[in-house]
Amino acid sequence: MITLIVNGRRQEVDVDPAMPLLWALREQLKLTGTKFGCGIAQCGACTVHVDGVPVRSCSTPVAAAEGAEITTIEGVADEDGVLHPVQEAWIEAQVPQCGYCQSGQIMAAVALLRDNPDPTDADIDAAMRGHICRCGMYGRIRQAIKTAAKA
Amino acid sequence: MGKWTRRGFITAGVLTGGVLAVGVGIRPGHRAPKLADMMTEDGETLVNVWVKIAPDNTVTAIVPHSEMGQGVFTSMAQMLADEMDADWDKVSFEQAPAHEEYANYALGREYIMGGANVPGFVQATIDGAFLTLAKGMSLQITGGSTAVRFTGEGGMRVAGAAAKEMIVRAAARTWGVPAGELRTEASYVRHDASGRSEPYAAFAVEAAKRAPPSQPKLKTRAEYKLMGQSLKRFDIPAKVDGTAEFGIDVDLPGMKYAAVMGPPVLGATVAGVDASAAGAMPGVVKVLNKETFVAVVADGYWQAQQAVNALDVAWTATEADGLDQAALFARFRGDMDEAVARGREKKDVSVGDARKAAEEAARVYEAEYTVPYLAHAAMEPLNATAWIHDGQLELWSGLQNPLAVRDELANELGFKKRDVTVHNTLLGGGFGRRSNPDYPLMAARIAEEFDGPVKMIWSREEDTTQDWYRPAVVSRFKAGLGEDGMPVSWENQFVHKNEPVEATHIPYKIDHQFIHYADSPNHVRFGPWRAVDHTQHGFFIESFIDELAHEAGMDGYEYRRRLVAHAPRYAKVLDVAAEAAGWGRELPRGHGLGIAVTDSFGTVVAQAVEVDCTGGQPRVLNVFAAADPGYVVNPDGFTAQMESGIIYGLTAALYGEISIERGRVMQSNFHDYRMVRMDEAPAITVELINSDARLGGGGEPGTPPIAPALADAIFQATGQRIRDLPIANHEIGYI
Repeated sequence: MITLIVNGRRQEVDVDPAMPLLWALREQLKLTGTKFGCGIAQCGACTVHVDGVPVRSCSTPVAAAEGAEITTIEGVADEDGVLHPVQEAWIEAQVPQCGYCQSGQIMAAVALLRDNPDPTDADIDAAMRGHICRCGMYGRIRQAIKTAAKA
Repeated sequence: MGKWTRRGFITAGVLTGGVLAVGVGIRPGHRAPKLADMMTEDGETLVNVWVKIAPDNTVTAIVPHSEMGQGVFTSMAQMLADEMDADWDKVSFEQAPAHEEYANYALGREYIMGGANVPGFVQATIDGAFLTLAKGMSLQITGGSTAVRFTGEGGMRVAGAAAKEMIVRAAARTWGVPAGELRTEASYVRHDASGRSEPYAAFAVEAAKRAPPSQPKLKTRAEYKLMGQSLKRFDIPAKVDGTAEFGIDVDLPGMKYAAVMGPPVLGATVAGVDASAAGAMPGVVKVLNKETFVAVVADGYWQAQQAVNALDVAWTATEADGLDQAALFARFRGDMDEAVARGREKKDVSVGDARKAAEEAARVYEAEYTVPYLAHAAMEPLNATAWIHDGQLELWSGLQNPLAVRDELANELGFKKRDVTVHNTLLGGGFGRRSNPDYPLMAARIAEEFDGPVKMIWSREEDTTQDWYRPAVVSRFKAGLGEDGMPVSWENQFVHKNEPVEATHIPYKIDHQFIHYADSPNHVRFGPWRAVDHTQHGFFIESFIDELAHEAGMDGYEYRRRLVAHAPRYAKVLDVAAEAAGWGRELPRGHGLGIAVTDSFGTVVAQAVEVDCTGGQPRVLNVFAAADPGYVVNPDGFTAQMESGIIYGLTAALYGEISIERGRVMQSNFHDYRMVRMDEAPAITVELINSDARLGGGGEPGTPPIAPALADAIFQATGQRIRDLPIANHEIGYI
């Protein structure tokens, strides 16, 4: 049994310690907002926070996250369901198209703005270049990050 | 579903709970001799797009399309609600199930009739015939940029207008006043003289008692209230909080997971499987040899994939085993040469005598271009969940053509169609890939051998190597130029003609044209890729026109303008894009500004691109786009589609290359099939033009112009012509 603390809830999962955190979240804990895109940390769709740091859950063994504070897209809004300013900005800018990559994009943007409340374009490039959006909504993502930074 | 009255073209009925439903449907029975054989079923009322009004006065649009990022649920509801004068705050949507009743007759009709006007009195017959045809073809497709221009125009608006007319007439009867004294506003009927005002729902039951209007009056563009507005999309809130459900998120009780492996050389089959290592791995339930692929079913996807990776599979030899990319291109060229040598060119367009005109021209100019194979690489790897129980097959997946998938499953697995249910989910990208039924069929074949639901997920490597690819193409041009440098003849030969047929046709006024092609079959399977043939031919045609302009010593924009003097939509988008880009302005050293124009799926798009070539690899700074789809229903949604199409095409132009070695696809994942990312994405502006032309599409037309506009910009910056994509294969210097 491995203990995971996800979005503030402590849960036990009975899995191979080498299994990527992604699949424990999706299949054991049914938190399917975190997405599988490439399996090799190239696309960013699987990004979650582990102790506040954005990590690629597809390439992080579940054992490495044991006991850490894990936040997924489902835990970004507050307990009453009030959206995070980044999520609000995403709606305002009508960012998602297919939407599949957006959980990872939002997790990266939330971490960026927490550490750097007023990012430059270069800061945004550096924080977001690990996240592929095949619908190509990079301009809107950039705009939404700037909107959220002012919120 | 409620029962439908058999009243003809527009159908209506009251569902349980007093819900009024109105649809654009069909009355079979009219039989024009030529159409009779299409009218196979009698006495049936069919409805393909419709609307419901509930007792709480909410309006629901039923949408027969898949949502893959294009905002179709919203644009369809917007078109319907506008014609109804519905209160937008109380409008929602439902996705239509994969059933014949939602076969998209508007799509079939437009494909076949090309939107020809028909007299009103034969409308029902024509529509009946085409719905029957659409049924026969199991046409419930999201693709070809068709939703707004076909389903929206021919279905949603008509249903909305019919519903409104029925309600107004019912109100007039109920209140005993002339219908002409009533007006509609925000889902209410109002009678100003008496001050009476009631919600639509109050008249729903009364409205359904009378026959619907056969040809409801549609609004003129000046009367639009919702169309033309950037209404926010219905699907977005669920896409920012993790609750949106894609195919890969489907969860059923007792579900197992499957990973798969297809043949390394497409077309090979399984010669043998050594599953001794894989079968003993933890969590593995079953190893399956399905001849065309192998699968492992396990307790979880990761376990299944680990076991697939541990399989030792032998594949049959194929004729393609020794083939590499250079040999494929050589074969294309050989087949093209042979077609010409034997006089066996397959004719595409022949006007005048291009060869004779070239002989007589002041000079001739020739060039050859190539593009490589491309994979779709949607963000959501392909997946499907299948469950066979109680003599029924149920399947959950994100599909661009759910009805065809249902038929394919029934045919291939020996089920009656009525025993197959397909549940369509949100699509994590489609781009044409999710119109192919291969992956749901694989899931169903796995489920055949298992008692319970199974979710099959492809690895990214499977997704890349088992695609249906945008074809690799060679295209050759020869133009005769007059003394003034303008073209008098245009000859173009290429390999692989697919859809749409007009993708190879040119908008430019050139008196002598001979466009022809050769077939050159090979084992790499073809699939529609965003904008289909327009992407490669847009690159070829626009690049060659630009070379002709340079040969003539003229500016590429001015040259095109002279050749489209007869085509105002082309002239306008060129002008608007050029002006937005500041065409002709002085640029820094190593920078270039290029332009291109294409017409695809009814929408004309010009793009001007500014590139910086001072850093080795070109850096795309700005894209200035101008698009004319006739009329823009949702400006922000359409703009987003243009932005998306541009980035998708830019990825292909800069990096996109699937190459074949020893018969195999050599790329596997995002490290070697590279994508444009945030730090490479240009600033994009989109100017929209409402020309009042017939409605064009939005999903695809943004993609074709970017590659030739960028290649032109690089030429302007460096003097280097890019005739072979991707650009990353070229060393770019600068002057």
